[in-house]
Amino acid sequence: MCADQAPQPDTSRRRAIEVFLGGGILASLASFIYPVLRFLVPPAVVDLGGDEVVASKLGEMKPNSGKIFRFGSRPGLLILNSDGTYRALSATCTHLGCTVQYRPDLREIWCACHNGTYDLNGRNVSGPPPRPLTMFDVHQRGDEIVVSRKREA
Amino acid sequence: MATLRNKFRPLPAARFAGLAGFMLLASCLGYGQAVNSCLDCHSAQPGRLEVTPEKFSQDIHAQKGLTCVSCHGGDATSYDPDQAMSRKAGWKGKVDRRQIPQLCGSCHSNPAYIRQFNPSLRTDQLDQYHTSVHGKRLAAGDAKVAVCIDCHSVHDIRPPSDPRSTVNPVNVARTCSRCHSDPAYMKHYGIPTNQFAGYNTSVHHDAMVVRGDLSAPTCTTCHGNHGAAPPGVDKVQNVCSNCHAFQAQMYEKSTHYKAFQERSLPGCVVCHSNHGIHLPSDAMLGTGPGGVCMRCHAPGDKCDRARVTILGNLTQLDGAIKDADQALHLAESSGMEVSEARLAQDQARDSLTKARVTIHTFQPALVDQDVQAGMKIAASNLKAGKDAMVERNHRRIGLGVCFIAIAMMLIGLWLYIKKLES
Amino acid sequence: MLAPLIRWLDERIHLDDLVAPFKHKTVPRHRLSYWYFFGGITLFLFIIQVLTGILLLLYYRPGANEAFESVQYIMTRVQFGWLIRSIHAWSANLMIFTAFVHMFSVLFLKAYRKPRELTWVTGVILLVLVMGFGFSGYLLPWNTLAFFATKVGTEIAGQVPIIGRPMMIFLRGGEDVTGATLSRFFGFHVAVLPGLVVVLIAIHLFLVQRQGMSVPPKVEAEWIANPSARRETKFFPNFLLRELMAWYVAMGVLGALAAIFPWNLGVKADPFVSAPAGIKPEWYFLFMFQTLKMIPSKVWIIDGEVLGVLGCSLAGLLWLLLPFFESDKTSRAKVWITGLSIFALVYVIGMSVYGYVAK
Repeated sequence: MCADQAPQPDTSRRRAIEVFLGGGILASLASFIYPVLRFLVPPAVVDLGGDEVVASKLGEMKPNSGKIFRFGSRPGLLILNSDGTYRALSATCTHLGCTVQYRPDLREIWCACHNGTYDLNGRNVSGPPPRPLTMFDVHQRGDEIVVSRKREA
Repeated sequence: MATLRNKFRPLPAARFAGLAGFMLLASCLGYGQAVNSCLDCHSAQPGRLEVTPEKFSQDIHAQKGLTCVSCHGGDATSYDPDQAMSRKAGWKGKVDRRQIPQLCGSCHSNPAYIRQFNPSLRTDQLDQYHTSVHGKRLAAGDAKVAVCIDCHSVHDIRPPSDPRSTVNPVNVARTCSRCHSDPAYMKHYGIPTNQFAGYNTSVHHDAMVVRGDLSAPTCTTCHGNHGAAPPGVDKVQNVCSNCHAFQAQMYEKSTHYKAFQERSLPGCVVCHSNHGIHLPSDAMLGTGPGGVCMRCHAPGDKCDRARVTILGNLTQLDGAIKDADQALHLAESSGMEVSEARLAQDQARDSLTKARVTIHTFQPALVDQDVQAGMKIAASNLKAGKDAMVERNHRRIGLGVCFIAIAMMLIGLWLYIKKLES
Repeated sequence: MLAPLIRWLDERIHLDDLVAPFKHKTVPRHRLSYWYFFGGITLFLFIIQVLTGILLLLYYRPGANEAFESVQYIMTRVQFGWLIRSIHAWSANLMIFTAFVHMFSVLFLKAYRKPRELTWVTGVILLVLVMGFGFSGYLLPWNTLAFFATKVGTEIAGQVPIIGRPMMIFLRGGEDVTGATLSRFFGFHVAVLPGLVVVLIAIHLFLVQRQGMSVPPKVEAEWIANPSARRETKFFPNFLLRELMAWYVAMGVLGALAAIFPWNLGVKADPFVSAPAGIKPEWYFLFMFQTLKMIPSKVWIIDGEVLGVLGCSLAGLLWLLLPFFESDKTSRAKVWITGLSIFALVYVIGMSVYGYVAK
């Protein structure tokens, strides 16, 4: 080979191809692989919030008190009875959708909007509510109080 | 959904049909027990004397085995009018209006008797009636007032739980309006006749009739049914407090309670009206046509200033919630997922509702507490919406970077192909 | 850099023999050869589906209680989860679209003629399987629209006489659409259908590679008359590089769609709520759905829907066997099939549009 001076257009042409092709491969692969790698790393919040949720920790609540917690897309009510047992139910009043509360003085669940009351099993006992509140299952896991939906039949 | 296949057996089927036919015929002829000559004649009578078996069969009394004779007396076995409607047989004739409560009460105030039919039915209706405006006026000789049959109908009386009953909750207002909205009938009594019209524009009517909430109040809820009477000017908030407990509690502790009592003003009704109760709005705190405060208070005084503060706070929270809603809507239409913030908006709205209830303390500081709680939530939702838009812009930038990479690649490939093929 | 590696492999499996046919393979080049890319684009989109599908599998939980929430989790919490999920959903639709385009281009360019009948048959089966992918995958997020679309779709399948009901119960995993249906569709979507499709794609590609690309009749005639006009491109690397460009463009389109029009989540399915008015299936079923809707409820003594389902099935069967109706000799069959092709294209597009705008 005696070509000691390569023709100028060819080299610049080749350089251009190298830059575009090489750079293109690297850039495109990077922009595809970067999201995938980030995707593979599990997020900090592992809980889905759909089927069950940690409503409280042991010792957080006082006996004969209630706590509102978020269950999926609606509020729930966790009650610690005087005898140490927990119960949990939906906190959306079946009358017009207000959030109910636990009344330690009445030991009943009360809705402030129109004075509806439910007993501790969720049954609507007085006032406007037409239907009972849905009951949830409560388990203790270590020192966490976990509320979950009742198993589908 | 498995289909049942009965094997059709001809001979047993024919026997069954014969037996059924005989029983049907027998029960038609029977109609309970004996012959009822009253109905047989009166079903052919004109006008107000007409009572057909079809009509009477709807009546709860007929269904329980009572007949014409139980109230009117007489002899139902005879087709001779002189015999059937003889005083000797105990015939009472058309019962005089003034005697009707006593007649109905002869059974309905007898617990031992009613217990045989429905042990949980009340038996104090007649006593209550005597305390009502209707009962008192009837005792004083006014026969125009309502007696049992005016509300409960007669000869086709249905239990109140039956939707067709004149005293079923959805029908009560219309039943009362038959007299109370008739100006000619009510001329001598000096009370308004616009209650029904007002009630029909109210939220309570809306809840009952439109939304089908049978727990919503109707005339009898506030006035009583058998013991019907207005509650009394100083007792209005007691009646309202049965459902609107919080508002009543706050009102009773507020300055307005004593002020209204002293001036014999009817409590809640002063601002909210009695029959035409509309959905309250922030305009009630304003100075425009819907404003109620300035009917009594003077512009510029302490109360007016408090009103301005309260209205300002509520308007602020309402505005913040709307702004957050808008931001979230914008984020959603750009394809961002903001369902959690949308949920939290419900909590902000709950705070606004709570603040509006706290108005009844008439203390700006307390209203402000609830408003600030709501403002915090609305502010964080607004931030969530704005963050979502920022994220959306990041995505577009990321897409742009990706496009540049792809473009480089495409150009590179094209040049390479051209080189190969030259 | 790669050379020593290739030599190492060649010593063990005689790579040269395997690769040799590809080195010589050519692709005809004419004014209609751009249509050749669509098969490859469909394949590329399928590969995208498999990759994004595997990624989604890492977070998705099948089961009526958790499915919706897990997709919500992917969309909101997982880094770039919105991207992977939206690409998966858009690529699904794009793949079905390019599959249809590929099929119609084969139809109009008459590439199904002898000796390529089997390629056509495997292709039609692949189209049906791919639409099955769409139908089963659509249910997996467990939202209201998907729930009722599945209900209606399986109901229609149940209309086939005799075998319809057992078929419907098999599809639904029971009498009604429940969590059992979701489990079953998940199994179909990630195991059964991928297995079948991979085998069929392998056969389809093998046939294409073995038989080479078909040339449309008119172009063929031109080239026979004038042999010097014949143009060929080398498959490797020229055609492949061009194909790669098409794949990159497809990638760009997918990215844009995913970023600017992310796939929405919907509302979680509630079996006790009544169906929303005007439930429609996904667009690729619209032409069949609209056809069924237009058949009167009773034709003579036969139930309209049964007639519709049977009619569609018969049409599908004839479509599958299309190449066998056209032989080399008679030109009348050719004209019929050309006419039928145009009618089919107009019908599918027209009914899809009609189904989309109809109430």
